Amino acid sequence: MSEREPLFSSKNMKLLRDPLNDSNPITVQVLGICSALAVTVKLENSVVMTMSVIAVMAVSNVVISLLRKTIPPRIRIIVQLTIIATMVILVDEILQAFAYEVSKQLSVFVGLIITNCIIMGRLEAFALANKPWPAFLDGIGNAAGYGVIMIIVAFFRELLGSGTIWGFPVFEKIGLYDVGYVNNGMMILPPMALITVGIIIWVQRSRNKELIEDN
Amino acid sequence: MKSYSNTYIFIFATVMVIIVATLLTFVAETLRPYQEKNVEVEKKLDILRSVGLAAEVGEVDSKSLYVEKEYAENITKSLVINMDGEINEDVDAFTVNLKVELAKAPEDRMLPIFIYTAPDGQDVVIIPLQGKGLWGPIWGYVSFEQDMNTIFGAIFAHAKETPGLGAEISEDFFHEQFSGKKIFDEGEKFTSIKVLKGGTSPDDPHAVDAISGGTITSVALEEMLYDCLGNYELYFKNKSISHE
Repeated sequence: MSEREPLFSSKNMKLLRDPLNDSNPITVQVLGICSALAVTVKLENSVVMTMSVIAVMAVSNVVISLLRKTIPPRIRIIVQLTIIATMVILVDEILQAFAYEVSKQLSVFVGLIITNCIIMGRLEAFALANKPWPAFLDGIGNAAGYGVIMIIVAFFRELLGSGTIWGFPVFEKIGLYDVGYVNNGMMILPPMALITVGIIIWVQRSRNKELIEDN
Repeated sequence: MKSYSNTYIFIFATVMVIIVATLLTFVAETLRPYQEKNVEVEKKLDILRSVGLAAEVGEVDSKSLYVEKEYAENITKSLVINMDGEINEDVDAFTVNLKVELAKAPEDRMLPIFIYTAPDGQDVVIIPLQGKGLWGPIWGYVSFEQDMNTIFGAIFAHAKETPGLGAEISEDFFHEQFSGKKIFDEGEKFTSIKVLKGGTSPDDPHAVDAISGGTITSVALEEMLYDCLGNYELYFKNKSISHE
């Protein structure tokens, strides 16, 4: 390549933007559903989880991309796994030291970032074949695409399930309970996260006809 | 695709593992003091909450300062006893690792007790609990009124129970069920508290409702109550007699 590509070329921006919509890891590729069900009871947990996934994903993507010419293909999956696991342990250690409350609530799910299919999928499909900068953007984009859905789901589950937003009692303040409104306990349970994700997929596909399969 | 020799693959794997191990050890060692401080504050907060204190912890700027202050003001005494109820003066109750003690033979166990002096001068005895949940450890603190039979308050916590299911044992609605329950029946026999699936009558002094969907955690909690409180049976009996 004779000419250097600008850092935020349209091709690179597409890496950031696409996962937020047309190739969203959760609603279109249906990856990483397990944690979307588990940690979306509260907005705060989802945001911390999103930030953790963004950090793990961006750094692992960059590291794999930097090493892509040295990683022997025969052990590449183990190498990817080691790097993801290292990043996840770092995030877990940092949360335990500086955000103890949140780390207690996320409990096992921080560790389970390792098994989040989105991360491994992006390392294998993108970072192994691309330069660090596009890989970094791809990581941020996909993690953000995951995060957006997590936050939307958590917003509705917390609001309808507990009547709060970020712990703030919205429904109590506007006096909804006085007129006989009752929180929907179902929203707290994991199945409702799946239904919420389903509704998001429905809305997304009815707006974007390209996503509809022809069968 | 470039092919790599076995030697290269071995060297690559070895170097990678050494780098990763060094990095993780370094980070774990650097962050350990912060993590230990968090755990200590959390333990003090749990002890305070078991007697209904430290309610404003969500509203204060510095959680650790607030908890340290409340703890110093309210938890007036702590002691370590053995199964026969004899006091061991040489050990600080706060530093006793209950998990290690429970693994020992019953006669060797050091059992910590914390005492809260209520505003009316009543001494409330707080007993720590430690058990195994579904995925990891569960623990808690139960405090007793002066008859050494009626529960004053209780809190439970867990490391890895399933959020929304077993993890509910650390919620207030579950803790509140315990106040006023009794661990000895009318014949002065130690019965502990049962955690019943399918609900219990609020009048039953020896049982509480289990967590729906958290059966294994609920059963583990019941076992934890029985095993841990059982160690203190003699101490409770002696103390309630001396009090009468």
